Amino acid sequence: MDISFVIEKFILVAIIFGISLLIAMYSTYAERKVAAFLQDRLGPDRAGPFGILQPLADGVKMFMKEEIVPANSSKWLFMVGPGLAMLTACIGTAVIPWGSPVTIGGRIIPLQVTDINVGILYIFGVVSLGVYGVMIGGWASNNKYSLLSAIRAASQNISYEIAMGLSIIALLLVTGTMSLKEITEQQHGWHWNVLYQPVGFILFMVCAFAETNRAPFDLPECETELIGGYHTEYSSMKLGFYLFAEYINMFVSSAVMATLYFGGYNYPGMDTMAVWLGPTWAPLFGTAVFFFKIFAFIFFFMWVRWTIPRFRYDQLMHLGWKMLIPLAIANIIVTGLVIAYIEKF
Amino acid sequence: MEPLTSKKKVLEQKPLTFAERMYLPAIMKGMSITISHFFKKEATIRYPEVEREFSTNFRGMHSLKRDEDGRERCTACGLCALSCPAEAITMIAAERKPEEKELYREEKYAAVYEINMLRCIFCGLCEEACPKEAIYLDGPIVPADYLRKDFIYGKDKLVEAPLEKK
Repeated sequence: MDISFVIEKFILVAIIFGISLLIAMYSTYAERKVAAFLQDRLGPDRAGPFGILQPLADGVKMFMKEEIVPANSSKWLFMVGPGLAMLTACIGTAVIPWGSPVTIGGRIIPLQVTDINVGILYIFGVVSLGVYGVMIGGWASNNKYSLLSAIRAASQNISYEIAMGLSIIALLLVTGTMSLKEITEQQHGWHWNVLYQPVGFILFMVCAFAETNRAPFDLPECETELIGGYHTEYSSMKLGFYLFAEYINMFVSSAVMATLYFGGYNYPGMDTMAVWLGPTWAPLFGTAVFFFKIFAFIFFFMWVRWTIPRFRYDQLMHLGWKMLIPLAIANIIVTGLVIAYIEKF
Repeated sequence: MEPLTSKKKVLEQKPLTFAERMYLPAIMKGMSITISHFFKKEATIRYPEVEREFSTNFRGMHSLKRDEDGRERCTACGLCALSCPAEAITMIAAERKPEEKELYREEKYAAVYEINMLRCIFCGLCEEACPKEAIYLDGPIVPADYLRKDFIYGKDKLVEAPLEKK
């Protein structure tokens, strides 16, 4: 391992970190714009042309706000909560393959921070850790609403993680590997996994909505019932971190969905493009395609949020345990039978 | 109790059908509705840049009129101030000097004429009271400001622009 390897990885990590923060920042802006357009409004358009400086203005506002720590809260945990939410949101990007290796000046640089062979499990681990930020914050606030919300978040995330894991098992039967890099390589051209696993994809997407606490599963922060949810007591940039973490989570789960089911950086006609653009620009074009897919998913997240009303809590549990889990198991069985049949004959 | 009208409708709750329990068809329908709104023209008028067209009888900011020779019509009779239900108008009258004949139509004129736009309710009674047709509420919306004192509009803001010299 030479020093250039370390530098290369360091730059890649910095770029990915910066990009995910930037995307999270502009997701808040995009969310408001999409909401406005879906409701025949204009959305923020005062800060800069078309309001594109709005996220900066919001950030400045967040920093300038008074920081309030409730008197009877557990001070240390109160501080740890938002940091943990942010940390777990950010580290998920480490295993996602952003593009096929780029050749720059004779060096081949993989556009993936690390290709661990249990990439999917790593993503699951990180996602399940994400609930700790919410739980710790909700508990440390010493507020009944926050606590209720934290409990809701915990039980919701655990319930939907099961269905999510089961939907992934069916995908693993098809791909035969857990490395995200290999899964992406298998989907070369238009052989996207969504064509082989449509039910699995829908299950995974529904669970991803629940995991990121997005509407229609935004029960942990439903304003009408719980004031603000787990971040009721938070103010200033700590609140900002929680809101930010939600958007980074959305970005990461969009990236995971695009990688697992929509071919990552693969697109139809990529071989001719690879010849045409050369070894430096073709992978970068693939990365652009990947980001286009991610943005499409983020738009879909927002579109759903401004369309579907929130589930009632018992409906949420009913959907998770009595519908998604049996469906996921059925999907595994059918996939297994089909694969066994194909291998036999 | 007997229903008073025959309009009462008994709603029966049927259990959801299989398609309804799938949620997805209904979700798809809802999402197609929202995406159709995505491409519709928004109803918003970007106010400070674009102004809505007012109706002909809209009552906005006051203006003190001039006559056809460019002289101020107001004679400071005080009827507008008297009629004002919000007591928004104050004025100080002065006598016209011989050399000011080009400026004021009558021998008496308003040296100071102030309307407090925070008090004004834009009822238009001053307009109706004026015997000289000197005040009309034909302007735009009174703009927002930061200080209360800036809402007291004097003659500098109220009097119409002078006629152009021929």
